[in-house]
Parts: sequence; C-alpha cells; structure tokens
Amino acid sequence: MNGNLSLRSGIKDTIPTLSGYIGVGLAFGIVAKSAGLNLLIIVLMSAITYSGAAQFVIVSMLVSGSTFLSILVAVFLLSARMLLMGMTVAPYLKKESMKRNIILGSLLTDETFALTMNKLNYTKRIVNFEWLNTANILAYLTWIIASGIGGSLGSLIPNPNKFGLDFAFIAMFIGLLYLQILADRTMAFKLQVIMVLVTLGLTYLGLIFIPSSLLLLVVTLVGCWLGVKIKNAFF
Amino acid sequence: MLSFKFVLLVIVGCGLVTWLTRVIPFILLKKFELPISFVEFLSFVPVVIMSALWFNGLFVQHLGHLPSLNIENLLASIPTVISAIISKNLLVIVAVGILSLAIIRFLA
Repeated sequence: MNGNLSLRSGIKDTIPTLSGYIGVGLAFGIVAKSAGLNLLIIVLMSAITYSGAAQFVIVSMLVSGSTFLSILVAVFLLSARMLLMGMTVAPYLKKESMKRNIILGSLLTDETFALTMNKLNYTKRIVNFEWLNTANILAYLTWIIASGIGGSLGSLIPNPNKFGLDFAFIAMFIGLLYLQILADRTMAFKLQVIMVLVTLGLTYLGLIFIPSSLLLLVVTLVGCWLGVKIKNAFF
Repeated sequence: MLSFKFVLLVIVGCGLVTWLTRVIPFILLKKFELPISFVEFLSFVPVVIMSALWFNGLFVQHLGHLPSLNIENLLASIPTVISAIISKNLLVIVAVGILSLAIIRFLA
C-alpha cells in the first residue's frame, strides 16, 4: 500500500481482500442453496442486502420460520455498527459531492472500511471517491459472483472451508490491525495495544451473555467509550 | 416451502435496513460537523472493531456459559500474526492465513 489514490491503486490495494469475499461468498451460496433458496434469490440477496453476516442470519431465520419483523430487527442490530464505521470514514469525504457520498456509503463494508483506515496512514490522511469507489465495487461484484457460483454449483463443489478460505477475512483483519497499529500516528502505539487487549477482554466477557447479533456493536461502543476514558486518564 | 414473494420482501426490507445504516452517516456528515468529544470516541472505532472482528473468530459462543476456544482459528492466527510482522504485506498475510487453516484442517 502507498500514497497513490488512483483507480489502479484502488484495484491493487483491494486484491488481497478479495479472497475473503470469494471464500465467504461461495460458502454463503452453498448454505443458502442447501437451505432451499434458488439461485435468483441468492444473487438478489447478495446484491440487495449485501452483508455477509446478515445474509447467513437471514437464511437461518427464514428456515426456522421467523417473522418478517424479527428478521428485520436482527439485521438492524447486526448492521448498526456500520453507523459507527460510516461516521468514522465520512468526514474524510466531505469535499466530495452528496451524490458521491451516497454512492460510497451504499457499498461500504467492514473490509473496505478497514482498508480505508489503513490507506489513510499512507496518504497523509486523505482518501478520495475514485479509490474507495474502486475498492467498494470490486468487493461488491466479487461477493455477488462468488455467492452466485456457490448457489449454482451447490453441493457439487467441495466445501470451500476445506481449503481454509473461511479464514481469509480473519487473516485480513489481523493484517490490517497490525499495519494500522504500526502506521497510525494519530494515536499512541501503547494506547492502541492497550485497546486490542481491552477488546479481547470485552469480546470474551460479551460472548457469555450478549447474543451474537448484538456483540460487535456492544463491544465497539463500550470499547470506544473505555478508550476515551483511558486516553484522558493516562495519555 | 417458503414463498418467493415473502423471501423477496425480506431481502428488500433487509436491504433497506443495511443501506440506511451505511448511507445515513455519509448524508448527515456531509451537512453537519461532529462534536469534538464524539470525534475522539470515533477515533477508537478502527482498532476496536478490527480487534473485535478477529477475536470473535477465536471463540465459540455458549450463551450463559464461558465461551470455548476455536482451536483451529487460534492456531491459524499464530503464523498469520508472524507473517504480518515479517512481511507487512496484506496479500502475504491473507495467503499465509488461508494456507495455515487448510494445513491444520488437513492434519486434524
């Protein structure tokens, strides 16, 4: 990753994340197919709902006969963290038009968010429409195509998890987290390391009593609040 | 059997929900400034959320009880972290991660 914000650079920076979309997208297609959804529905869900975690939840709730409203609430709780991520990225794109802001926001994901946060460390904290839109669209198309392939081949293809592809996103977050801590000069190195440990503790505790649909949101809210307290007390 | 119409309604409804959670911050922040204290709060989002997304994968939840370890992901994380330190290259890190889990599953 470097300071270049061109379309070409956007493609280059996004390539490492695509294996995650391929692995999880294939897995989603296979799971949805085996749950009885047809290919059209699978592709539509990936194109319209476009949220990995939410889509797995939707399929399992559809199968268990959940009501429309309960599915919507679960998806909202699962997606509410995007509000926080959006608010973190959006200030860097204030100079872009409203239309471009809406386009960028529409396709923002956990992964393109994390990628952007890393990119900022190489660009003197600047990001533009061209770069982020390229990352977003590549991720979006890869996700739709991968879930479509998973859905059309169904059980014909071997479980992609056998090849470790389901670890791609975790590996990516490990990489982005490490690079973020190394490169981000806006927050003390020590404080960032402390926050990783705080988050480990919060995640462990949260897993005991917070349903998985709410966990990431609660951990993020409490973690950031603790971060402010720790920063003001010790840094 | 689920009706096509109901599933489509769910997809569109959920699509609206995920779209709104994505787009609202961009629309609001185009027009308004965030208070400094909230900006400080948000400055912790990247490190906390990336850590949380990783650690979530290291445990298996048993609501009401202590979580157990996801041994496969935990073991695969070790070479992944080491490759991050050595290479500082995302493509290498992801490749090492995938390969590590594949080998662990193959051996198990």
